[in-house]
This record gives sequence, C-alpha cells and structure tokens, in this order.
Amino acid sequence: MTETEQLDDDGAIAAATEVLPLDAWHRAKGGRMVEFAGYWMPIQYEGIMAEHLWVREHAGLFDVSHMGQLLLSGDKVAEALETLVPGDISALKPGRMRYSLLLAEDGGILDDLMITNEGDQFGIVVNGAVKWEDIGYLRENLPDDITLNHNEDYGLLALQGPKAVIALARLVPEAAGLVFMQAIPATWNGHAIGVSRSGYTGEDGFEISLPNEALTEFADALCAMDEVKPIGLGARDSLRLEAGLPLYGHDLDPATDPVEGDLAFAISKRRREEGGFPGAARILGHLADGAPRKRVGLLVDGKMPVREGAKLFDGNTEIGVVTSGGFAPSVGAPIAMGYVPTGLSAPGTAVAAEVRGKRVACTVAAMPFVPHNYVRKTGA
Amino acid sequence: MPRYYTEEHEWIEVDGDVATVGITDFAQGQLGDIVFVEVPDTGAELSQGGDAAVVESVKAASDVYAPVDGTVTEGNSALEEDPALVNSDPEGEGWFFRLTLSDKSQLDGLMDAAAYKAFCDAL
Repeated sequence: MTETEQLDDDGAIAAATEVLPLDAWHRAKGGRMVEFAGYWMPIQYEGIMAEHLWVREHAGLFDVSHMGQLLLSGDKVAEALETLVPGDISALKPGRMRYSLLLAEDGGILDDLMITNEGDQFGIVVNGAVKWEDIGYLRENLPDDITLNHNEDYGLLALQGPKAVIALARLVPEAAGLVFMQAIPATWNGHAIGVSRSGYTGEDGFEISLPNEALTEFADALCAMDEVKPIGLGARDSLRLEAGLPLYGHDLDPATDPVEGDLAFAISKRRREEGGFPGAARILGHLADGAPRKRVGLLVDGKMPVREGAKLFDGNTEIGVVTSGGFAPSVGAPIAMGYVPTGLSAPGTAVAAEVRGKRVACTVAAMPFVPHNYVRKTGA
Repeated sequence: MPRYYTEEHEWIEVDGDVATVGITDFAQGQLGDIVFVEVPDTGAELSQGGDAAVVESVKAASDVYAPVDGTVTEGNSALEEDPALVNSDPEGEGWFFRLTLSDKSQLDGLMDAAAYKAFCDAL
C-alpha cells in the first residue's frame, strides 16, 4: 500500500487517501470509488440493491484489504490479550477464531475484532478506520516480550453467500471442510494464504488473506466463475445491517460497553467469573443488574428510511438515537439499529424516530432481521 | 414545451405558467437505487434554491432544490408506491412535483439541454 502525505490548506500535514492493491481492478470492474477509512474503495459496481440480493442468492467478492491484519507472537499471548479483551482466548484452540472487543480502561469499546489462534501465533483482524489507534493501544498495553506485526504485505478478501463454498473450493479445495469460525493456512498458486469460514454478511462465506501481489489474479479467478460478482461497500453495509451486526464507529464507540452494545455473548463464561479485563466492574455490574441502555433492532413503519442520527422518542420523551439505518433489500422495507433504555428494549416495544421533523413509528425487533446462514457442521 | 436544467441536476419543463420538476438521468445514475421520495405538499410556497423534496437511495438521503420560485400544485403520488420510477424514467413518469411559476424571468438563469450536457460532461 502506498502511503503519501500532502499539505492541506492550513499548511498542516494531512494523510492523503490511500490506494489499495486492488484499486485498478475495482475501477476496471466499474466500481464507483469513494473515500472510506482513509482509502479509496468501491461503494458499488452495478448497484447496491442488485449486489445485495446477489450475495444472498449466489456469492459476492468483497475487498476488505483496508482492515488491519495483525500478528501477535511471544510467550503467553493469549493471557496478555485477555487483559484487553473479555473473551476466553486461552480456550481458543488452534485453527479456531472468535469475535471479541478491544476495551478501554473504563470498559468502553475501542474496536471489535476477530482473533484467530494460528498455532504459533495469534492473528487479529481489526477495523480499517481505527487500526492505527488499535496498534498503538496494543503496543502500549501488551508486555514488551510480545511481538506485534502489522502485516501490510497481505490483503484481505471476503467471499460471501450460499455459493461461496462451491466457488472457493475450486481454488482451495480444503476450504469446503471448514466450519464457521474455523481457519487454516493453505497454498494457492504457490502463495501462502490464510482461509477462514467467517464474514460479516450473515451468510456462509470465507475470508481469504493473501499476498498483495496475488490479489488481482485471485480476484479474477473467482470473478470468472458464474457464481461470483464483485460487491461494494454499500451492499456490505446493508447486508451486515440485516444480519444485525454492529458497525464500529457507528453502532459501537468508546462510550459504549459490551452489555450496552448487546454483545454480552462476547464475554466468555470464565471471564465473567474471573474478570480481569478492562472495565470489568462496570461490565459485570451491567451483566448482573442490566445496563441503562441497549442496542436494539428497529422495524420502521412505511417506506421512509430512518438513518443514523435520528432521535428516538417514547411519546414526547427523547429516549435514544439511531446508529445505523436504511432500506433493507432482502426485508423489502427500512430497518435500523439504535440505542434505547433497557426498559424499552423488549421486541415489540413501540417507539418513534424523528426524521426531518416528522415522527415515524418503529417497533423494537429481534435481530438478525434476516436469518444467519452460517455452516456449523460440514456434510462430509 | 421548453425544458430547462439546473446545476443541481433538476429539470423543469414549462407550459405557460405551470411547470413540472424532476431530477435528471445523470442525477438518478449518481444516486443509485431510489427507495423513497418525499414530495412537497400541494400549496407549499417554494423559493429558488430552497429545499423542495427529498430523494433517498439505499445509501443516503439527498435534498432536491426548487429550480425557481413557485406554488406547488401537485406532487407525483405515483412515487409513493413506486419510487424506482425515478430510476427507470427520471425525465418522464418519475417527475417530482408541479408548480405555478411566480417569476418567469428566473428561467433565464437556467441551462438548456445542450448547456446542461456540456455541464455534465465537464464534471
């Protein structure tokens, strides 16, 4: 990846928008490029609606190379990580991965991330928008004898959808043997790659980490198949919203703890008993007594989308805010995610959102909005 | 009937004192799949450059501005049921609203089709 600096109007040094290894590939495929997380990325190719529905029926290829791929090695890495995340990392077996949360001292969420036990090291994938902050925080808070490498020589692709397994198995046959949240090293055309059965669309699928110089060839090989089309950020966002998955920086932030974020599942049983993660007193207190507010799904009456920033009301009382929202192509209606007092978080609760001065009726809904299609057992 | 265009990618077709307003094919292409349109109420007084309507794609909400001053006589109720008309026929069935013109001289400041095409080509 090329990193350049330029002078902005004030004469200060501002980081220029960076170019991902597949930039030319996206443009050649008709991708409409926008700035996201400091990179030029494709928001769409043929259209968000068509791309979204394609992924739910077939397979879509997403370039998520803006995300940070970190490698941690050294003595007692799992124990060290557990001082910063609430998951049971020590119990994570080689070849297995887990969704977790990087916590600030007060228990607020600094990022959500995937942690993989790769045997001799741990791999962590963090959000592109906060990866530099994450790296700084990890370096500052992990013991000096743990080595953190930011692997910028590798890109990351996600192949998502019910046909993803058929398509990927043509290139990497062993991928078909994986179950959800399992990861293996593999080889493709002489390149060392990493494959996991994971993703962020709610569909079955894979994430493939591979050397930058192999990305174009690999993406071409997948998109040459009838099942696969390239998919932009727009559909990635609508797919994850339907899947009830929070987007960091929107649905989660440093003011929010895991219980408020409805991510208590990420606090492992042993950690609940033992604590020892940042903000444990606050978080365990919220687990025991309930948090003051909670992330919920919202079904929106009518057709008008309710978007991030819309205030939520119970009668005339302002009770919360929408953190993500938009039209849901697979639901065929607008949906949203937001924060309400825990007392108003039960599915079926009626609330109202304010859009351009008008009130729109919403109903708290269980998430996901569209069922997950994860493969937890293979047929073989 | 003469048709004029704005730099905000609206079109306005004039028939005597009445005009029909919509967004251009270029605009719908930029917005992508349109899922909701909010048209102004009948009787609303619009002023040139002010908010007139809202068009929402999957991704975002965008304002549509009044190309001229006028009083709204009708919103396109077909867009309630089928907002995708703005994608399929933006400069026809996908019109947004009609208004009576308050100041026809404002039309002189708008572009004709050739000027608008040149404007888009330069973007």
